[in-house]
Amino acid sequence: MYIDDTIAALATPLGEGGIGIVRISGPQAVDALEAIFRPKTEKRIRDFESHTLYLGNIISPRDGGVIDEALVAIMYAPRTFTREDVVEINCHGGSMPLRKTLEAVLAQGVRLAQPGEFTKRAFLNGRIDLVQAESILDIIRSRTHEGLRAAVDNLEGSISREIEGIRKQLSNILALVEVNIDFPEEDEEAAMGPGELEDELNKAAHEITRLLEGAGKGKILRDGIKVVIVGKPNVGKSSLLNTLLREKRAIVTDIPGTTRDIIEENLNLAGIPIRIIDTAGIRETGDEVEMIGVERSRKSLKNADLALIIFDITTGIQDEDGMIMDLVGDIPHLKLLNKIDLMDRAEELYDEEFIPISAKTGAGMDLLEKNIGKIIEMDNIIGDQPLINRIRHEQALQRALESIENAKKSSEVGHPLDIIAIDIKEAWSHLGEIVGDTVTEEILDIIFQEFCIGK
Amino acid sequence: MTFSAGKYDVIVIGAGHAGSEAALASSRLGCRTLCLTISMDAIALMPCNPAVGGPGKSHLVREVDALGGEIALNADKTFIQMRMINTGKGPAVRALRCQSDKRLYQYEMSGVLQREKNLHMKQDLVEEIIIKNGQVKGVITLAGAVYWSPTVILAGGTYLRGRIIMGDLNYSSGPAGYFPANKLSDNLRSHGFELVRFNTSTPARIDGDTVDYSSLTEQVGDEEEYYFSYMSHGQKRPRLPCWLTYTNTKTHEIILENLDKSPLARGEYSAKAPRYCPSIEDKVVRFTNKESHQVFLEPEGWDTKEIYVQGMSTSLPLDIQLEMLRSIKGLGKVEIMRPGYAIEYDCIQPKQLELNLGVRGVEGLYSAGQMNGTSGYEEAAAQGILAGINAAMYVKGRAPVTFSRSEAYIGVLVDDLVTKGTEEPYRILTSRAEYRLLLRQDNADLRLTEKGRKIGLVDDQRYEKFIERKNQIEELTEILEDSVINPGDEHGEKLLEELSSSPLKKSMSIGEILKRPELDSSHIERFLPGSEKYPRDVQEQVWIEFKYEGYIKKQIKQVENFKKLENRKIPPGIEFQGIRGMRMEAREKLQESKPMSVGQASRIPGVSPADINMLLIYLEQRRRETGGNEDEGG
Ligand SMILES: Nc1nc2c(ncn2[C@@H]2O[C@H](COP(=O)(O)OP(=O)(O)OP(=O)(O)O)[C@@H](O)[C@H]2O)c(=O)[nH]1
Ligand SMILES: [Mg+2]
Repeated sequence: MYIDDTIAALATPLGEGGIGIVRISGPQAVDALEAIFRPKTEKRIRDFESHTLYLGNIISPRDGGVIDEALVAIMYAPRTFTREDVVEINCHGGSMPLRKTLEAVLAQGVRLAQPGEFTKRAFLNGRIDLVQAESILDIIRSRTHEGLRAAVDNLEGSISREIEGIRKQLSNILALVEVNIDFPEEDEEAAMGPGELEDELNKAAHEITRLLEGAGKGKILRDGIKVVIVGKPNVGKSSLLNTLLREKRAIVTDIPGTTRDIIEENLNLAGIPIRIIDTAGIRETGDEVEMIGVERSRKSLKNADLALIIFDITTGIQDEDGMIMDLVGDIPHLKLLNKIDLMDRAEELYDEEFIPISAKTGAGMDLLEKNIGKIIEMDNIIGDQPLINRIRHEQALQRALESIENAKKSSEVGHPLDIIAIDIKEAWSHLGEIVGDTVTEEILDIIFQEFCIGK
Repeated sequence: MTFSAGKYDVIVIGAGHAGSEAALASSRLGCRTLCLTISMDAIALMPCNPAVGGPGKSHLVREVDALGGEIALNADKTFIQMRMINTGKGPAVRALRCQSDKRLYQYEMSGVLQREKNLHMKQDLVEEIIIKNGQVKGVITLAGAVYWSPTVILAGGTYLRGRIIMGDLNYSSGPAGYFPANKLSDNLRSHGFELVRFNTSTPARIDGDTVDYSSLTEQVGDEEEYYFSYMSHGQKRPRLPCWLTYTNTKTHEIILENLDKSPLARGEYSAKAPRYCPSIEDKVVRFTNKESHQVFLEPEGWDTKEIYVQGMSTSLPLDIQLEMLRSIKGLGKVEIMRPGYAIEYDCIQPKQLELNLGVRGVEGLYSAGQMNGTSGYEEAAAQGILAGINAAMYVKGRAPVTFSRSEAYIGVLVDDLVTKGTEEPYRILTSRAEYRLLLRQDNADLRLTEKGRKIGLVDDQRYEKFIERKNQIEELTEILEDSVINPGDEHGEKLLEELSSSPLKKSMSIGEILKRPELDSSHIERFLPGSEKYPRDVQEQVWIEFKYEGYIKKQIKQVENFKKLENRKIPPGIEFQGIRGMRMEAREKLQESKPMSVGQASRIPGVSPADINMLLIYLEQRRRETGGNEDEGG
């Protein structure tokens, strides 16, 4: 678990336009590549030269469709960063295919890397020295502490609570199975009726499916988290979008009311997929087209995960700004003070409340990215927990579901209890990865509490 | 006054199920062994139920057998009925259980011990272990004899400061009326060991002539001949039936009315009792909605009228015991021959042990059996053979022997004890084994006999028999893989139809065909005429491997992952307290258990995956600081 299972993550810094890298490290890295990559050369993937780029298509394991054209390189151990087999997939179709590629990789039994995990491996495998590693180790240290806190907090969070519920359900099923096995003929009431096991498994599968389908939020890996740029007309919303994307995506003019419809684009921040949305400036207007645009802005705010509210430093805070603040309400948000290039010593304005930026010169973008990252990871922006945990949960749920389906199949073909138990235990431990308990003790506790056994 | 009474290579304290195996193992490995017992009449005593085996337990028995131990052979020589249980629940959990003739069991085992040429049996009570400078030197007995030895195995069972409780009556005693060992506990404490106090109870033995069998359900053993040991095949023994009856609301009323007469129920004793072996008082109090509990009447042997009343363990006073038994169907006129009782005893907190059952910090001292907080004859035997082996290894300057969780139930048992300690008398269960589909009772020999041979406990006769069985398994597997039936094959098609199995669409090996749900090992002979020459157990074994191939592979893969962490060794002498970034609780837990591998550390309750990450980083830092000279395993 902790040493050398295979891990993957996006290795693209925020806003690097179209190109992004999915990095895989571990013994199954090449297997995962084989499952999703169709090279354009005759060469078999196994025969690829190490440290050499090959062109081909990434294929969706779900429907066999082409996700993206990509350049891939296999780097065989030990001449790699982690000293494990490493695969890098360079996608160039933008961040959407990039995420789908990651998703395809994760579907091959690869685990999403934890923060700092590549570096941790590099260190443990003797690739980098202590000084190099020290800073990253600090991150890991702080994360583990935060992780622990988060693990506790998460238990109060709704998804975690539900996962916990399903896990309990599985524990009960397992306890029933195990009491039948380890205490045969002892408690007749514990004996399972026909179809009882199947019913219980169906219930658990149903719960997981429901969770996976999610309460309208959809799959994170597919949709990203939703960041909406709002503000009065002409404050520089479209300019900010362009700057973040590093391309001239939205039309920018000095005419207030330029953007009439919402514009959506994808980008990545430290491996977290983000869907960024530019909106029409919000104001009272008589123009019919603009009115529709304003209406859409309001709407897209409704299901935003994060709002970036832009203020124009040259005009100061106005009535309309207040109205926008009200609209945003308690949606997590950051307040940006734009056009600081027009003011002297404007950077000094930075305080807890406003982040000074210039969409034109790019000043303050680091600070903005840092703050976005912070709010996403620390402040439980989505629902009630950090995004990164949600991706993990999703993966765990997916795997648990597969194991339960296997258990059901085993039971259908008449496999005995001990065989079925293997799949149920596996499902349990996938969910347990989130909470980190050991299955045996918990099952035994239930057995001894619930069943009357013993001589 | 003491006197010097002789020198030995190994001294075993106790001749119960752990002591017997330990003494046999070390003497068979060529060590001059002394086995001291409180009474020569108490050798291999079954003070609780007269039975061997059951889920997990039969696995242990067969493992001990595969290593060259005695419990399986002895059970096979002395059973009064044998049953394969859990037959419908899968190959991993199928388990053999026998009812034993209790006295015959003792008689046979005692004979084996006495005939062993390097083994010296003596009756005496050990009061002191001599330890000097962290090294065992010998023992001092009640009679003043000082026996010298570089190794001592503690296998004192439930004798240490034993106290029997029956209602308000309680007195110092070992089990079944034997002497207790009252001084050894203090001596162990004075050496700095932590002891815990456990409690277990046993039911009354009743007079078989006073039971009305006409109203009870008879339970006979299996017709088919099963044995614990592959060495025992062909032996036949006469059978005796058991009987099934139930408690009723009247019984429960009697118990509830008299609860105040049980000091245990009153909470006056703090010793921990096993949750899986509750007294009848406990069951009635905790499961108020159950109107009756099963009661099995198990004869204690051919030459005794005594019957063990399974399900009725109790520490109530004698008169109440009689009253409650007489309320049960078939027992209306019953007479008690031996009352039930609870017994309290001291044992060693097993966290102080290492995986070879050596006591940490003292060279040459080992501990096994109920002494280590377990319950059950099978658990005791398994630890006994391991301790015996390791004492011998120590004497001979050979490397210690340990078993992994992925290799044997013995490994699961010892790792659980040593890594997690135990809060109650520990019993093995199949659900404790993560890889139980690999650790089946049918393949114990395949897993362990080679290892036993290397250790030196597997004699030629056993080894030849093992090789023969192994070859047969390989041969039959190969034949089943290679024999292909084609669609349209007359014999094949007819057979499939007869067995209501669908016709073949493509050519298939017999092994493949046998995976079908409607087929099992009994069909091998139908498909493959001539395979009758392979014994049933060979056919069964081969079929299991075919049938559950996918799952077996899955578990093998899990084991590979498991081994990665097991192989990350933790060098001895690490100060876990000083690991930066690890939570205090985890540091303390690690410091207490002193795990020898990262895998072992990860199983300690209270140590989280995040802590393990910190440990890994710490170990790597340390390895570099010390110039990478330390054995890191791998
Ligand atoms: N000097 C300076 N000018 C800026 C900055 N950001 C935006 N502008 C200018 O402000 C004007 C409006 O910018 P837009 O990005 O179109 O503003 P908007 O908020 O999208 O406006 P609407 O779409 O009309 O709501 C343009 O002339 C930009 O060049 C900045 O940071 N500094
Ligand atoms: Mg605009």
